[in-house]
Amino acid sequence: MSALVFTALYLVGDPVSMLASPEATDAERELIRQSLGLDLPLWRQYLIFLNKALVHLDFGNSFLTGEPAMRLILDRMPATLELATAAMALAVLIGVPLGIYAGLKPESLGARSVMTSSVLGFSLPNFWVGLMLIMVFAVFLHWLPAGGRGPVETFGPIQLSIFSWEGWRSLILPVTTIATAKCALIIRVTRAATRECLPLDYIKFARARGLSEARVLGVHLLKNILIPIVTIAGLEYGQVFAFAVVTESVFSWPGIGKLLIDSIITLDRPVVVAYLMLTVVFLSLLNLVVDIIYTILDPRVQAKAGA
Amino acid sequence: MQPRAPSSSTPCLLDVQGLRTWFHTRAGVVKAVDGVSLQVKQGEILGLVGESGSGKTITGFSLMNLVDKPGRIRADRLFFDGRDLQTLSAKDYRALRGNQMAMIFQDPMMTLNPTLRVDTQMIETVQAHESVSRSAARARSIDMLVKVGIPAPAERMSVYPHHLSGGMRQRIAIAIALLNSPKLIIADEPTTALDVTIQGQILYEVQKLCRETGTALIWITHDLALVSGLADRLAVMYAGRIVETAPTADIVRGAQHAYTHGLMASIPTFDTRGHSLFQIPGSTPSPLNMPEGCPFRTRCYRATPQCAQAPVFEEVAPAHGVSCWHRGIEEL
Repeated sequence: MSALVFTALYLVGDPVSMLASPEATDAERELIRQSLGLDLPLWRQYLIFLNKALVHLDFGNSFLTGEPAMRLILDRMPATLELATAAMALAVLIGVPLGIYAGLKPESLGARSVMTSSVLGFSLPNFWVGLMLIMVFAVFLHWLPAGGRGPVETFGPIQLSIFSWEGWRSLILPVTTIATAKCALIIRVTRAATRECLPLDYIKFARARGLSEARVLGVHLLKNILIPIVTIAGLEYGQVFAFAVVTESVFSWPGIGKLLIDSIITLDRPVVVAYLMLTVVFLSLLNLVVDIIYTILDPRVQAKAGA
Repeated sequence: MQPRAPSSSTPCLLDVQGLRTWFHTRAGVVKAVDGVSLQVKQGEILGLVGESGSGKTITGFSLMNLVDKPGRIRADRLFFDGRDLQTLSAKDYRALRGNQMAMIFQDPMMTLNPTLRVDTQMIETVQAHESVSRSAARARSIDMLVKVGIPAPAERMSVYPHHLSGGMRQRIAIAIALLNSPKLIIADEPTTALDVTIQGQILYEVQKLCRETGTALIWITHDLALVSGLADRLAVMYAGRIVETAPTADIVRGAQHAYTHGLMASIPTFDTRGHSLFQIPGSTPSPLNMPEGCPFRTRCYRATPQCAQAPVFEEVAPAHGVSCWHRGIEEL
């Protein structure tokens, strides 16, 4: 995959033309080219990259700033993690109860309106939802900031903005934008799982034992429908983390999505490649975590693995 | 349809008259249960017999008030242990279920929640009805597992249902039903999904436990041969109605309804060896398209034009009621 990205960015354009000033002479351009190692044939550039990346975990320096590419990304990662985590948490906290409700009373007016609005939720384009939120809450009402990140607190290498009211105020709009789409999806998954689970004997047996409705739904039903919900939530979390490009651009959120789009525009190859490598690792780890949660939720998974 | 009056001096634990459970669907009203009358005395074992689709299971669920929408339960009289079930609030009904009135389901592979351990499911059942400590609830659960014949009960408590065989799971379901010493257990074909040797054991255990504790039992089944060895009294159900009810011995010796004859005749015996078994022709009519009058008349060899009128439920002998215009004992 790294080879693919390498070649693709090589074909797209020449980074030197982006870096050098328009008045630069050919000699100056050649100098830049040599200092970045871009004068070598592509296959040699790639081998050098592979050697450094695999042996020293060094993904090269940004063409633009000269800083190590991986550090640039890691510096910005907490902002995206913060955004993605808050958005998914909101989506799950709202989506699961609404989905259960819609599954319990599929004919009711409330459930129908939940389902209709969920169609809107994932049909509306993300950037449009973001722009509308900015229009209403930032431009007209002046309640919330239109973009950027609030003040951050530093914990070692990590900077988080969730410890201040100002930080949260800046989070609300981008989080709502992402959560709208994800929440809609989670509602639908939860509703389907609930409807599938409700007529099963063990739910009826739980009622026949005289358990309270809260226990039947909150324990017996929930524990069984959590498996599809965790699957979807895990996948979507990865999506939000890796491809929050649109939302981060609309809200000028200083996360890795914004960094990626900026780096692609400036043809800053080391950053793009490092970003993709990091994303691959993150998504694999995320899948591992989801699998581990499965075994906690469903004891039958453990049994199969042990057999 | 006139149900017989409670005939003996023992008080009636369950008194159901004219129970109707109708499902209002788009295709029409499905009268799954249409005028069932039943009496169960304390400690009595009643066998509720009928083919698939005759409404036996829905009758059981109706008594537990566990019928899903769009089903609606109505009855002329629905008394349990001196209380009118039709006036109970949802909360009171919940307190009754699993406590005074318990149920065992057909498929043991599906009745226990696969994601919760056996002990969780047993302890919560005790604690739903009584404020006792976890350890007391656990001790009672282990006692009950011993009673239903589970070896090494303490170890079984901490496993998940998928670790156990079907027979073992059904024993646990029975133990759960017995946990709060109910007055009535409704057992919906609890042995149908098990193999024959386990069937016999479970049958024996349940009968013994009910006799010991004085628990009344409604055993729902399609297997007349099986239940006649167990029940004090039988009620034969057809198309949502009770067509004949009598003490077991009276049914076995002198069944009056043509449908009961058919059921009896289709039991394999030594005499019928080598011959093809009797079959009741046809199948249960669609609940959306019931024949007028006697629902069995389209399959009945005794049917006459009179059967287009609903037959009257009458006592032919003490405690023996039948609903048929042409009732009578058949020499098979």
